[in-house]
Amino acid sequence: MTMNPTLSRRSFMKMAGLTIGVSLTPFGYSLVNASGQKEGSFKPSVWFEIAPNNKITMTMGPSEMGQGTHTALGMVIADELEADWKQVRIHQGPASAAFKNPVFDDQITVGSASVRGFYEPLRKAGAAGRVMLVKAAAQTWKVPEEECTPSKGAVIHKKTNRKLTYGQLCLKAAKLDLPKDPPLKKEEEFRYIGKPMARVDIPEKVAGKAIYGLDVKVQDMLYGTIARPPAYGAKPVSFDQKAAEGVRGVQKVVPTPQGIIVCAESLDAAWKGRDALKAQWDKGSHPDMNNDSIEKHFIEGLDKPGVVAKNVGDAKKALSEASKKIEATYFVPFVAHATMEPMNCTAHVQKDRCDVWVSTQAQILSQIFASQISGLPMDKIHIHTTFLGCGLGRRGSFPDFVVEAVGASKAVGKPVKVVWSREEDIKYDFYRAATCQRIQAGLDSQGNVIGWSHKVACSSILKFLNPEWITKEGVDFFSLWGIVDAPIPPVYSHTAYEFPNFYVEQYLSDLPIPVCPWRSVQNAPNAFVMECFMDELAYAVGKDPVAFRLPLFKNNMRARRVLETVAEKAGWGKAMSKGKGRGIAQHSCFGSYVAQVADVSVNAGNGTVKVERIVAAVDCGPAVNPDTVKAQIEGGIIEGLSASLKEEINFSNGGVQSANFNDYHIIRMSEIPEIEVHIVKSNEAIGGIGEVGVPPAAPAVANAVFNATGARIRRLPLTPQTVLAAIKSNKT
Amino acid sequence: MISLNVNGKNYRVNVSDDMPLLWVIRDYLKLTGTKYGCGIGECGACTVHIDGKAERSCSIPAKQAQGKKIITIEGLPENHPVKRAWIQEQVVQCGYCQPGIMMQVASLLSESRNPNPEKIISAMDDVICRCGTHPRIKKGIRKAVQLMRKEGK
Repeated sequence: MTMNPTLSRRSFMKMAGLTIGVSLTPFGYSLVNASGQKEGSFKPSVWFEIAPNNKITMTMGPSEMGQGTHTALGMVIADELEADWKQVRIHQGPASAAFKNPVFDDQITVGSASVRGFYEPLRKAGAAGRVMLVKAAAQTWKVPEEECTPSKGAVIHKKTNRKLTYGQLCLKAAKLDLPKDPPLKKEEEFRYIGKPMARVDIPEKVAGKAIYGLDVKVQDMLYGTIARPPAYGAKPVSFDQKAAEGVRGVQKVVPTPQGIIVCAESLDAAWKGRDALKAQWDKGSHPDMNNDSIEKHFIEGLDKPGVVAKNVGDAKKALSEASKKIEATYFVPFVAHATMEPMNCTAHVQKDRCDVWVSTQAQILSQIFASQISGLPMDKIHIHTTFLGCGLGRRGSFPDFVVEAVGASKAVGKPVKVVWSREEDIKYDFYRAATCQRIQAGLDSQGNVIGWSHKVACSSILKFLNPEWITKEGVDFFSLWGIVDAPIPPVYSHTAYEFPNFYVEQYLSDLPIPVCPWRSVQNAPNAFVMECFMDELAYAVGKDPVAFRLPLFKNNMRARRVLETVAEKAGWGKAMSKGKGRGIAQHSCFGSYVAQVADVSVNAGNGTVKVERIVAAVDCGPAVNPDTVKAQIEGGIIEGLSASLKEEINFSNGGVQSANFNDYHIIRMSEIPEIEVHIVKSNEAIGGIGEVGVPPAAPAVANAVFNATGARIRRLPLTPQTVLAAIKSNKT
Repeated sequence: MISLNVNGKNYRVNVSDDMPLLWVIRDYLKLTGTKYGCGIGECGACTVHIDGKAERSCSIPAKQAQGKKIITIEGLPENHPVKRAWIQEQVVQCGYCQPGIMMQVASLLSESRNPNPEKIISAMDDVICRCGTHPRIKKGIRKAVQLMRKEGK
């Protein structure tokens, strides 16, 4: 996902002049022996290197933000290489074209794509190394290769009971040609893939020694903070530069297009300096914008002309001929990423180089912006990726924090670490896009959906991420994931539902509120709408929600299997006691299929919903590290619950009113249900795992609330007020 | 000049009187395991022990911690049952909030060797984890309790 860079990809490739281990071609990828071999080691690809001391160093292109990618990719290489896991060391790689993910043709950790994109190339790379090491052993012993067996970091010649470690063989192997198509292991030969492995990053994180962006220290570094406008489009009217400069520890105050930067010896001093500015701002571009006006804007968008995103058959005619017609309108508000590590970046711009230390999901994007701001060419920009205190998509979108740090360092001539306060992190986020949607569906007398007409009013993710990807006709398919398949690459939406007459129209909001992908992008809000409405249809025709959906998946066995599995594991169909309800939802995205059953209890008196249990079934193809798959589904469910039960950004006076965790509430321990995750054994194509747990959580819970109360929840979050209002309107 | 005893070591730092303990620990003592999350004591990422009790270092001026024993995540022994349990149960995801969460748990378990579920939930309601490691935090606590019992600690 590039941010419409002015520097073209091609000229970057030329300037960088990089060695490529897994190289992308129009037909996929190919393996290339890394040029410029380091003396005294064997580096069959840029991803790993075997040294004579028998250590294998793996260098990872994707960022580690807790999704376990470094461990999983390490397992893939180690397995095919037939390495001993104990000899493996894993570290984060730099920004480099050699690390581009085949899914995106970019070095970017988004779209649940790291294991998905690198599984096959890294298996091949590991296998190539194994073949070369075996060959080196066979040559050393002057025996046929077939008599040599690779095993846990060594090659063994059983006949003569001889053994050479990979360390002993590596220099000889380095001189051999890379095999073009090395044979891969069979599933039953896997040593690591498919077995739960302890994550390599956990020990240093537990010790408190892991370095995140916020922990970076550079000699002579200053701390930078920025006075930002309280409303969208607001410009500074006045500020007291002298007062800020007078604060103990403040070194420099620099007005920039991003705001007024205050640099100081400590962060505390920088913040005090910023406050001393007493900056006054004008009212901005939308002074009257608040929660009510925003919700009204989206509701009105439903009746404004939109752009046709899908038109199969004749939905209008089908609706007019339907024996039953159902209509409903849903609303999902803006929510914040609120990663626990707030946005931050450290930069040092010098005459001939620029170093950037940053917890980022997007190395090359950071490089491009650092190049633009510093005025230095791409190959002089060195991106040092730290651990990420969560990414959630915020750190893979517009790198404003990089722009600010590079700008500040350039202005003061010293290294500067820009740290956002929590308040800035919440107020100046690129939010999850809000959406209001109206669906009309027509059913025939047997209860089959014969017509579907869907209007989506929403914020445009692509307007902020990459306007070039908005179609000629004006459709933003990123904002429609989960409703229609996106006909533009990279495709990662697989809509489960096909209807004979299917019409989708999109109205893109022109509000100034910036948005970007938020764990699962729009799959989550759209799944809430789709799966709740499917539940409405099932009840409208008197069918069980599972039985209603299954025939719709006759050509989609993976969706069918997770639905059947979760129904069985959750005991679907058993009666619930009074005040309790059970709901189901499914969704597929990023190549994986997930279904969830939620059990809730509802206090109809005060509207409180307690989610008691979530059972999930997932088909992600081969589960490289099953423990990580489970952890990611658990985390996805919990974050999905947090957004759907609690989170909503509040706006007032043309800006953001929400500021910190005391008024922007995140789910806490007492609200966490029991969670069961079932991995469906699957040999299908490998899918993503980081985001796919999120989408079914909200609709499963909302459907369970209906099951308990008979009231439909068509607005998130499911606060007690929302639930009470729904129960009340159900009675009238 | 402020004098602090952190992880058994004495430090003297020249900072303003109202500087929160968090920033002194992180930016002056260079112990970056303690994290900033909210600055208002809502999330617990900055939790340290002051005289054995879990406290939010973002909301306490460093000056107030003078003469007290401060322990940060780096000062919690490597073989502490909570640290071992966190690895054994693979609790951590991004890990940013976990030092604070582990300090919260260590304090809870020093007060009560086998806290009941209500006590656990009430103590853990004061911290935030955005990755959703909550089920594993609960498992980690149970494991730490087991380890302590087995070792008679």
